[in-house]
Amino acid sequence: MESAEHLEPGTEIAGYRVQEKLHEGGMAVLYRVTPLAGGEAGVLKVPKLEFGSHPVCYAGFDVEQMILERIAGPQVPWVPRLFARGESDFGPYLVIEHIVGTSLVEYARHAPLPVEEVARIGAALASALHDLHRQEVVHHDLKPAHVILLEDGQAVLIDFGLAFHGHLPDLVKAEAESNCNSSDSLLGTPAYISPEQIAGMRGDPRSDVFSLGVMLYLLATGRLPFGEPTSMAGLRRRLYFDPLPPRHILPDLPPWLQEIILHCLEVRAEDRYASAAKVANDLLHSDQVALTDRARRLRRTGPVTAAKRWLAALTAPPPAPKSPAAQLALAPHVLVAVDAGGSSEALLQALRDAVRRIIAGEPHWRLSCISVLEPSALTEQEYGAEIMRSQHTQRLVELHHWVQPLGLARERLRFHVLEGSDAASRLIEYARASHADHLVLGARGSSGLRRILGSVSSRVAAEAPCSVTVVRALVATNADAANC
Amino acid sequence: MTAATVGFSFMKIAVLSDIHGNLEALRACLAHAAREGADRHVFLGDMVGYGADPVACLGLLADHADKGALVVRGNHDQAALGGLCENMNFVAREATYWTRSQLGQAERDFLASLPLTVHRDDLFFVHASADLPEQWNYITSASQAARCMAASPAAVTFAGHVHHLSLYFSAGSGVHAFRPVPGVPIPLSEHRRWLAIAGSVGQPRDGNNAAAYVLYDQEKRMLTFFRVPYDHMTAARKIIAAGLPERLAWRLQRGE
Repeated sequence: MESAEHLEPGTEIAGYRVQEKLHEGGMAVLYRVTPLAGGEAGVLKVPKLEFGSHPVCYAGFDVEQMILERIAGPQVPWVPRLFARGESDFGPYLVIEHIVGTSLVEYARHAPLPVEEVARIGAALASALHDLHRQEVVHHDLKPAHVILLEDGQAVLIDFGLAFHGHLPDLVKAEAESNCNSSDSLLGTPAYISPEQIAGMRGDPRSDVFSLGVMLYLLATGRLPFGEPTSMAGLRRRLYFDPLPPRHILPDLPPWLQEIILHCLEVRAEDRYASAAKVANDLLHSDQVALTDRARRLRRTGPVTAAKRWLAALTAPPPAPKSPAAQLALAPHVLVAVDAGGSSEALLQALRDAVRRIIAGEPHWRLSCISVLEPSALTEQEYGAEIMRSQHTQRLVELHHWVQPLGLARERLRFHVLEGSDAASRLIEYARASHADHLVLGARGSSGLRRILGSVSSRVAAEAPCSVTVVRALVATNADAANC
Repeated sequence: MTAATVGFSFMKIAVLSDIHGNLEALRACLAHAAREGADRHVFLGDMVGYGADPVACLGLLADHADKGALVVRGNHDQAALGGLCENMNFVAREATYWTRSQLGQAERDFLASLPLTVHRDDLFFVHASADLPEQWNYITSASQAARCMAASPAAVTFAGHVHHLSLYFSAGSGVHAFRPVPGVPIPLSEHRRWLAIAGSVGQPRDGNNAAAYVLYDQEKRMLTFFRVPYDHMTAARKIIAAGLPERLAWRLQRGE
């Protein structure tokens, strides 16, 4: 007899025709299905119902449905869309988008991967993760099997059976507390789970950042940082011990990559990256990563640190943090576009004042200072490349000079010179790629471009994917006025 | 009631509880629900008591009831019909006696006609608790919620009475509480039982002075708790002008 676990190809279910079985996991069976009415193929997901189990135990199934229903859509390419849900003769089902790509498991199989590939995949993954967190969702079961990479390089996250939504009831936790599956009380996968998840805490986006670090470690070294523990004692080792530094395994691994990986794998969530966006940003701009002791380490932490952590773990973990999106709001990435050569001192000061006000009171801000360098007719000539290089350096020096009076911590700052003739487009692109929360720029924009193309600031304000502050010096100088 | 025979299938249902004679709050919530596309209303009782406009509120409700709205009776509605009110505190009793003096025969007949509970489709509506509704038990904990959910014949139950909003759901072997975030739709799984405590339209007591109600989209199975700011100053002034206890006026300002 047919059951949800053994649907024959050709079976019709809720307006779809079953094609073939794609995957059978511990919790659910997946089939590829095509709509009877024609159209896009989907994935039919049916939970595995054990004999005698109560429907209320299928929290994972409910959670996935609930979360996809809230966040999935054409604007959200990093999670599969939800096509249909309901009850059939075979029990409850979901039909979700069929993501055609390569599972991260395939990449992990070939690890260690070249550093550039680790960075590229890691950045795509971190970007998708940040977008998920912005939607109030913490995945809580990130591992290669739950990541699909598309041909265009984008990462898609799948399987939200253990996920947490900051604004919805936590069915997973309720289930665990009710001891419905007491034999399986760990809410995560042993190799990838964060220390605080082991302690039962949910809802912190930095737990996903930890799992991201485990995946980066795996892709970079070919090994799992904490192995695949099978006992609670084995699991709890990561509460006290750091993993073996990746450069101990591969001495040629660049220090910046070790810095990023170990920063993700910090035992205490508050010591990790405050957002996945920052991980993506660092992976894409490795030359800007502020190297610390983590980058140099070649051995594990000693027993003293482990003992300290053991003692710290005896006290209760900190109270439940804010909702995922509210936590991200404490870690804004602020971009400031500075045209040092073409702006009056009054405008440069006004920009500094604006930045100071924006980051005031935010505990985990990051500031990227941006300059847009447009190629001029001169640079197309014989010494063009050299001239560009020297201009590039000049712009960097100017950015450092501009930010210096603010007296900000060096490790929070990033500097980028973007090249391109369309300053507004470059800024908008950069804001999108770096998941900027706020973009600050002067009202004048680039003086030369302004005359030709109109205002950079008004286009950026209209099209940027984040908040934009257009700054004007209170007293317009002649230099500014002349170019208005 | 004519509505008794009308099914609900696939409607957007606005559930309003504990209006307590607050016309300003009621109007604000009805207008909000209209903007949200509500096409059916359910009033969960305690339409009168405390506020200065019991007659006007009941008039509005009776109009809605004629158009198919469902109305259940609350303890204050019952008290307004007579009895000793011995289990009420002093302020509530004062308000009840004042309310009695305002109601005419039409209002009394309307209140007397109301059922304690209504069961429609897979939804159950009650003022206090589905567990012994006539005893007006307060649901302030998961165990009280569990009793209500066990007694309810439907998977989704709506109640009021406590003037706070919360959502209880079954999971594993127990019932768990969730504090809803206003304005955020919550998908309700078919595989669980749910109990929505709608909060109060006319006398919120959770420190937020905005009126509260819930909207249930039956087709999408999405439940949204809303907070609606309203002209509480006018409602408070009317309470004082009517000679009702002043405490009833200032608690509206603070949502206490």
